[in-house]
Amino acid sequence: MDLNTIWFLLTGVFLTGYAILDGFDLGIGILHLFIRKEQDRLINMRAISPLWDGNEVWLIAGTGSLFAVFPLAYATILSAFYFLFIMLLFSLIFRAISIEFRNKESSQKWQHFWDRGFGLGSLTASFIFGVMLGNIINGLPINKEGIFASDIILLLNPYSIMIGLLILTIFTMHGGIYMTLKTDGVLQEKMRRSVFISWIAFIILYSSAIISTLIISPIMFDGLLNRPLSFVLAFIQFATTIFIVMAIKRNRFISAFVSSSLLIAATICLLGLSLFPLLVPSRIDLLYSLTIYNAASRPYTLFVMLIIASISFPLVIAYSVYVHRIFKGKVDTSEEEGY
Amino acid sequence: MDVVLLSRLQFFLTICFHFIFVSINIGLSWLLVTIELFGWRKNSGVIYVGIANFLSRLFGITFVIGVATGIVMEFQIGMNWARFSGFAGDIFGTLLASEGLIAFFLESSFLGLYLFGRNKVPHGIHWLSILMVAIGSTVSAFWIISANSWQQTPAGFVIREGRAELTSLRDVVFNPSTIPRFFHTIDASLIVASFFVAGIASYLLLENKKIDEAMKLIKITIITGLIFSVFQLFPFGHNHAIQVALTQPEKFAVYEAVYETQSHAPLIIFGIPTTTEPGIMWPVKIPGLLSLITFGDVSATIKGIKDFPPEDMPPRIIPFVSFHIMVTLGIYFIMVMLYGAVQLYRKRLWHKKIFLKLLFLSIPLPIVASELGWIAAEVGRQPWIIYKIMKTGDGASTAIPASNIASSVVLFILLYTLIGILYVYLIRREIKRWT
Repeated sequence: MDLNTIWFLLTGVFLTGYAILDGFDLGIGILHLFIRKEQDRLINMRAISPLWDGNEVWLIAGTGSLFAVFPLAYATILSAFYFLFIMLLFSLIFRAISIEFRNKESSQKWQHFWDRGFGLGSLTASFIFGVMLGNIINGLPINKEGIFASDIILLLNPYSIMIGLLILTIFTMHGGIYMTLKTDGVLQEKMRRSVFISWIAFIILYSSAIISTLIISPIMFDGLLNRPLSFVLAFIQFATTIFIVMAIKRNRFISAFVSSSLLIAATICLLGLSLFPLLVPSRIDLLYSLTIYNAASRPYTLFVMLIIASISFPLVIAYSVYVHRIFKGKVDTSEEEGY
Repeated sequence: MDVVLLSRLQFFLTICFHFIFVSINIGLSWLLVTIELFGWRKNSGVIYVGIANFLSRLFGITFVIGVATGIVMEFQIGMNWARFSGFAGDIFGTLLASEGLIAFFLESSFLGLYLFGRNKVPHGIHWLSILMVAIGSTVSAFWIISANSWQQTPAGFVIREGRAELTSLRDVVFNPSTIPRFFHTIDASLIVASFFVAGIASYLLLENKKIDEAMKLIKITIITGLIFSVFQLFPFGHNHAIQVALTQPEKFAVYEAVYETQSHAPLIIFGIPTTTEPGIMWPVKIPGLLSLITFGDVSATIKGIKDFPPEDMPPRIIPFVSFHIMVTLGIYFIMVMLYGAVQLYRKRLWHKKIFLKLLFLSIPLPIVASELGWIAAEVGRQPWIIYKIMKTGDGASTAIPASNIASSVVLFILLYTLIGILYVYLIRREIKRWT
């Protein structure tokens, strides 16, 4: 295995880490829009306030690594999706300050404003991630020069909107499952129901996504059919999807959370397997596509980055696990608000 | 306006705003490490824990805005500066990735533990968590400064097939300006935090509230403020200036308004910059001093603006003005803190109402000085995005319509104004709530 392939895998690890960790964060934010009772909203937000920041670093570290190891992909994706990224940044900013500002004032108006900011910010961010993904699967109009820009209207096509909704649904389901772990009583019951609803939406959207991809971008499946691993991954997807409802029905919330994390991981692996060795397919001519070779840094940079990653990754995982463990269990609102 | 100018404007606005919160917090994190340490004391510990609790609220608000506006920076480089990213990603990207992997994970993970874990973990672990936040932010700053310094004084690479290729990570990270810039910036942040907290403490003293806490805070911050303000003049600011003189002589000539190449170059204490040559009206000069402080020799020659190719020269007025106001403010900081320290020693500080008021009003000044320092450094780097390697205009994304960038600039101004107002409001509210 060469360095480029290793970094393709590691980029997948970043993406998976981010999707699993910030995925439940974002999902909880989306669910926040549907919670009416004051106390419940407080619990909902408190469930992630110590953790969201650490989770979001996966996005920052992942983007930084993409910049270092596949600079041309980084430059192309970020400039091509200029306005999508502006919208994403605004959503993330709004969401972050909403979490921090909400409980600084006791007036209802103030809190409701930030509740909405938290919810809508999470909703838009998840949706935009999906829209970007949809556009990448669909292929971008990359020409010989490699760098281009697209109109926002073209980026919001029906296919990418569907992928946007799909991602939104996965995150909502994932967040709902996480919240069943953090709550009890009526709120927990509410979260359980939300999981069933988003589960059904997920099944519908995911099947439609597969069918549309077959029609729009059949090359995505070429890679999959030749690689036996894809069948294993598809089976994992299937099994975990079924297992989620079974576990939720039997109140085995930890198992449900593990399955939905596995589902996310398997989905990203499948995506990677069908793209490999492409990073961003070109719609104009596949030859202009950005691959893990033509978009990559020189081997020495890849090597240096590998060393940096292999030293820091175990540390990051160790203290992330440590911090997450301290805040595990039901949300405790008995202490003085905030700190 | 064209795409390049709009992209520069957007970068300028977003990074200046981001840096306000970063500079407050790097310094504040170290102050918190110190104050939390006092919290271990047997008798007076409780009061310090109270202070730390209060400051950690301010820290939390500031940190979130810093993070939220920081993501913008990392994304913006690819969004608006795609050709620069493609050309220098091997190097610049490695530095940004290291920041995320080595430092930012650390500070963000432990911040949650620090802010929310006081009753969940043992005292020692809680203290370690703020220590990790402080180390994380400082190391984070190191990587970002290293990346910026590489743009100023690039090293450790070759250009092959139209791209910068890494040859030595050590030379890249420790390029000639990293270390001077790092110390200068961190020290600036410590001054910012000292004034920030000293200002709040003087407000409390003036209002006659939380007197015990305010006295402890003002004692600590006047001492730190004095030490770090003096260090900023010498050695940190001084060393940084010498490094600029050696590695970016065009910028140095513009800073000091040296028009003709000359030995016994005078130090201009004051002057009005103009667009006509030699560029300075009514200069107040001390003969030979510039040569002396820069090269330790009155007769040392300093190359003047006239003798550089005009196309390599940065704009002259903005760097000169920013640099000089920064230096003036730096001297003001030393005088204020020196006066405060003397009054503190004579135990007369709390009678000096006017001084306390001045200290309160000075809260924003170190931030202004830091921003001006960066403006001088970055405008002084022009016309290069990578000094002597790539022109700024050649680094921009070409395919984004100017109208798109213009609208994102407007949106950023609106959003950041809102956040700025909310920030001041919430900080004031936290102070009120405490008292």
